[in-house]
Amino acid sequence: MSEQKTSQKITLAKGLNMGLRKAMEGDPKVLLMGEDVGKLGGVFRITDGLQKDFGEDRVIDSPLAESGIVGTAVGLALRGFRPVVEIQFDGFVYPAYDQIVCQVAKMRYRSKGHSPMPMVIRIPFGGGIGAVEHHSESPEAQFAHTPGLKVVACSNPVDGYWMIQQVIASDDPVIFLEPKRQYHADKMELDTAITPPPLFTSRVARPGTDVTVLAYGPTVRTALTAAEAAAGEGRSIEVIDLRTLSPLDMGPVLDSVRRTGRCVVVHEAHVNLGMGAELAARVTEECFYSLEAPVLRVGGFDTPYPASRIEEDFLPDLDRLLDAVDRTFAF
Amino acid sequence: MPDSNPSPGFGPDLAEVFGPAHSDGGPELVQLLTPEGERVHHPEFDLDFSAEQIRGFYRDMVLTRRIDTEATALQRHGELGIWAQLLGQEAAQIGAGRALRPQDYVFPTYREHGVAWCKGIDPLKLLGLFRGVDHGSWDPHEFNFGLYTIVIGAQCLHATGYAMGMQRDGVVGTGDPDRDAAVIAHFGDGASSQGDVNESFIFAASYNAPVVFFCQNNQWAISEPIERQTRIPLYQRALGFGFPGIRVDGNDVLATYAVTQAALQRARDGQGPTFVEAYTYRMGAHTTTDDPTRYRLSADVESWKLKDPIARLEVYLRRNGLVDDGLVEDVKAEADELGAHLREGCKAMPDPRPMDMFDHVYAEVPEELAAQRDGFADYLASFEGSH
Repeated sequence: MSEQKTSQKITLAKGLNMGLRKAMEGDPKVLLMGEDVGKLGGVFRITDGLQKDFGEDRVIDSPLAESGIVGTAVGLALRGFRPVVEIQFDGFVYPAYDQIVCQVAKMRYRSKGHSPMPMVIRIPFGGGIGAVEHHSESPEAQFAHTPGLKVVACSNPVDGYWMIQQVIASDDPVIFLEPKRQYHADKMELDTAITPPPLFTSRVARPGTDVTVLAYGPTVRTALTAAEAAAGEGRSIEVIDLRTLSPLDMGPVLDSVRRTGRCVVVHEAHVNLGMGAELAARVTEECFYSLEAPVLRVGGFDTPYPASRIEEDFLPDLDRLLDAVDRTFAF
Repeated sequence: MPDSNPSPGFGPDLAEVFGPAHSDGGPELVQLLTPEGERVHHPEFDLDFSAEQIRGFYRDMVLTRRIDTEATALQRHGELGIWAQLLGQEAAQIGAGRALRPQDYVFPTYREHGVAWCKGIDPLKLLGLFRGVDHGSWDPHEFNFGLYTIVIGAQCLHATGYAMGMQRDGVVGTGDPDRDAAVIAHFGDGASSQGDVNESFIFAASYNAPVVFFCQNNQWAISEPIERQTRIPLYQRALGFGFPGIRVDGNDVLATYAVTQAALQRARDGQGPTFVEAYTYRMGAHTTTDDPTRYRLSADVESWKLKDPIARLEVYLRRNGLVDDGLVEDVKAEADELGAHLREGCKAMPDPRPMDMFDHVYAEVPEELAAQRDGFADYLASFEGSH
């Protein structure tokens, strides 16, 4: 066994924790702020142990006020810090919506570049954890629609480790979405010695030839499971993990659709005006003559997030995804 | 002022602690110069002002008023889309602005023209956003003066966060007068109802942040009187958040200076936030699009005219032989010069080019946005030479 082992099996929670630690070690201007992020280590333990090692000035337990968290982070960024704030659950981001959309997103623009906003807003998102209302939402489209913000979603432990460091190093404000259902789920081998792919890039998570499935965050796993099942029936699904939602990295998507001629987008967010709508429009504009079928969307229904006992019926699963795949072959 | 709110069934009669808009501000009002121009003393907040300092306040206020009247006229001439007037609030702004040290940082609303003047910003730069040529014309870090903030109260959180940053940078409570710094957050009586303002009080108190919350209570939030925002004097709210609140005569530049200076020093010393309520009156409209005759009595305005901040200081200066006609004329001439500078500068201000809209959205421009920009440039170029 090598003395300098750079590889270990980690969960997404561990990957994010390690990535945050690395970023804090690398830059004394990086601060963490949020509800319960200090002593408790966050309700999901993503910041576990960081206050103990970096102190209360750098890992800040905040009052319970989301607009206050983001608004004071704006002031810290104006002072030259790089705040990383945690919104405890997706559904709690709305009190901070004004600060995010009117201040964080527009400060660089308003100031003609004099006041950059190198800020990361971490949001655990998506459902499937049996939670009460407001704990299972997918608000990504609302932020992807806002110029000045960037929006990314990690889907696995390795990306969690690298991407959190990359967004902290970014000079633009980033909404960083973490699939909370997978925090403590699958482990993955992380090799910290490799060079990670650039931040705002999509990647082929599983190659295939018959149909392209676009996924991000929690639905990447759904798509991979579906691809495995479809393979058993002789159908080859190419899964693309978008990783970045604003800006979109359309290169791998368009390459794939030009090869397969079919495309299905899957996300937990409501279908109406969700990311799938933009993706369908872009794919259609660019790949019109390659398409054998319209781009289909599979997502949460256009209802509020339902009570958790029926959330698995609301969330797109393997069957609904494969049903959509089948429909693209019926055209 | 008609009042439809019922009194609560217990505690003091609110009318006793909360007078109507045209009241004198109540017994808690800190005042060093009466509306009649008489110098009075205060046991806690008093200073020995030099003659030169007081003449400086006079000059600042006259010039600030000139910025305001000139900009209002420019709006009437169609040179500005809108202007937020400060008429009547000159003492509050100059008192607060002159109490600052160079290392202190200001987070303004969109009406802090007098504070901007104190920070050395060319008033012409204030006109940019009102003319519609940009969203802010100065580098905040050059002047330690943030950009005007349109969303009411949002800047109070930025101020608090900035103050938290000062704590982390070790520039609070060191005892070095050239190093220790504070932040001042400006807002109005209307903003005092905003969640962001109340959250900023909580954060500042919780972290003992070096920030002064400076509220110009000008009695009106467009058409809504102060009674719609609060049932107790605003400065008393501070107690509930755990820090001191003071009501100062906002039409008295000496008192405003003394109180703000004390509050800033308290912050620089590491003793935390203070709420200063500068009790004043919006003599003009909310902005040039507003018509206050629809919602307030001219008698109220007339009674506040008698408390004019510049008139009372001029009376004091003349009575004590601190100015003569020559100095008053000099200041007037300087104001005329400033007026001409604003008129000519405003009209000469170039419109931005259409392509400028794409600048500074991101540090790292996404390909998609770059493609939109380039496409629009090609589109514009396609019209060149064709009329």
